[in-house]
Amino acid sequence: MLELKGVYKTFNPGTVNEKRALNGIDLTLREGDFVTVIGSNGAGKSTVLNAIAGVWPIDRGSIIIDGQDVTSLPEHKRAKFLGRVFQDPMTGTAATMQIQENLALARRRGAHRTLRPGITKKEQAEFREMLRTLDLGLEDRMTAKVGLLSGGQRQALTLLMATLQKPKLLLLDEHTAALDPKTAEKVLGTTDSIIREHHLTAFMVTHNMKDAIAHGNRLIMMNEGRIILDISGEEKKRLTMKDLLDKFAELSGSSIQSDKVLLA
Amino acid sequence: MGGFINALPGAVSQGLIWGIMAIGVYITFKILDLADLTVDGSFCTGGATFVVLFGSGVPVPVALLAAFGVGLLSGLATGLLHTFCGIPAILAGILTQLGLWSVNLAIMGMKANVAINVIDPKNLDKLWVSLRFVQDVASGKRPFYRHPIFIVGLFTLAVVGILYWFFGTELGSSLRATGANPHMARAQGINTSVTTVLGLMISNGLVALSGSLLAQYQSFADTSMGKGAIVIGLAAVIIGEALFSKIFRNFALKLLSVSLGAVIYYVVIQAVISLSNINANYLKLISAVIVAIFLSVPYWKEKYFTKSRKEVRADA
Repeated sequence: MLELKGVYKTFNPGTVNEKRALNGIDLTLREGDFVTVIGSNGAGKSTVLNAIAGVWPIDRGSIIIDGQDVTSLPEHKRAKFLGRVFQDPMTGTAATMQIQENLALARRRGAHRTLRPGITKKEQAEFREMLRTLDLGLEDRMTAKVGLLSGGQRQALTLLMATLQKPKLLLLDEHTAALDPKTAEKVLGTTDSIIREHHLTAFMVTHNMKDAIAHGNRLIMMNEGRIILDISGEEKKRLTMKDLLDKFAELSGSSIQSDKVLLA
Repeated sequence: MGGFINALPGAVSQGLIWGIMAIGVYITFKILDLADLTVDGSFCTGGATFVVLFGSGVPVPVALLAAFGVGLLSGLATGLLHTFCGIPAILAGILTQLGLWSVNLAIMGMKANVAINVIDPKNLDKLWVSLRFVQDVASGKRPFYRHPIFIVGLFTLAVVGILYWFFGTELGSSLRATGANPHMARAQGINTSVTTVLGLMISNGLVALSGSLLAQYQSFADTSMGKGAIVIGLAAVIIGEALFSKIFRNFALKLLSVSLGAVIYYVVIQAVISLSNINANYLKLISAVIVAIFLSVPYWKEKYFTKSRKEVRADA
């Protein structure tokens, strides 16, 4: 479903702020894989995700989604394949537009936008049903501006928008990091059920080791722009927090004490 | 006072004409969230195009359409400078505006102003709007529907109607999304460069159309007719918002409130001219000060008069 081959990216090359963010990433996701990605700050987790989404061009390597080489496609053209939820609840939705207008925009992801109506009666009914499944009462506030919603509500809505058109790949960029623990739990629950229900392939970056262990069928650990650990199947199911911390110390060679705080 | 009352129909007519330009400014400033300074140039481009074409015998509707067309092109220039060349929007607008100064002179045959011959009654009758019709209607020489307020009012309603329809379409929605949140727009597959250019084109098309109506109304175009247009546009947007935002929530009514904002601006200016013996040369200064104050109010309100900031509640 997704193939990354020798992907490199350096930010601010040739300056004092030079940062080698991706250092030869090779990764293949099978259809239906739900991968969780962990690593300390600056390991390159979000950078991989942005490289896939096409936020900026990569320096070297290639990115293939569902058999199509998208390496040179701009962000808005890759959107056809991708559903995205961001860390900041503000990023995924248009605050000054209505809930139903946001959904209607997402419904047309990858389609040519014409002079036909931006939202139809049929879609409104459809959106109402979908919002009901979120169980947040949003189905009765379809014409409310998204800016009036809480962070958790916005993330749930963004999740719905990202999966309204079944994406080839769902990209989740620490999408619960800005929420309080209780809300984060709920949004993660919704994420799980949406991924399961639509049999989505998903790539979830997280800061939370517990979440990384509890969710998905595969876990990737990154360090200094490289993938240093890739666990799946039965091994992933048996994985404990202690295993991960030990593995991290062993593979990255860095002091576990300093990174423990960041990872746990 | 009598002078002010007599000048009122003229002030309202002019306000309505500038209102169409202000609707154009609303599209960039409010919907796209860009400050586009092209308008000071494209306003005159519209006026110059109309006057020259009409002078050479082109029918009024064709000349108006041509003015709208050159406005679209001005917006295209700014749009490409901004998106394709990566120049900040404000600077891109200033560059186009500067370039248009020469273009406007060239259109007018290197003259600083060109007049429409309204002494010839046959020529005058062809015009859709004119300052002279205000008095003609008042004296009964022409029917009421030739009054500039009526004609420009119809224009305004047509513009509002078309924009209301457009911004409800898939394409129009993607334009609104671009202004509201470009990250989200791109993530939803919207080419934000295309929508930004399109918005700038529509905006400047309307600005040029407004310029062509003003040139027609005052029966001449001159190179400085667009000077400060952006400020008048912003004033109209802000006045309209301040006075009507509580009652006008519908998008069409919001556009209409921009037009009303321009009318109020002109009536106030007319009142200042008629009721005080202020030198008209100070009008630009007064406009600048008024707009500066209106633009500061939301900032001050936020900074000094808000007791508890509304936080996004993080419970879903």
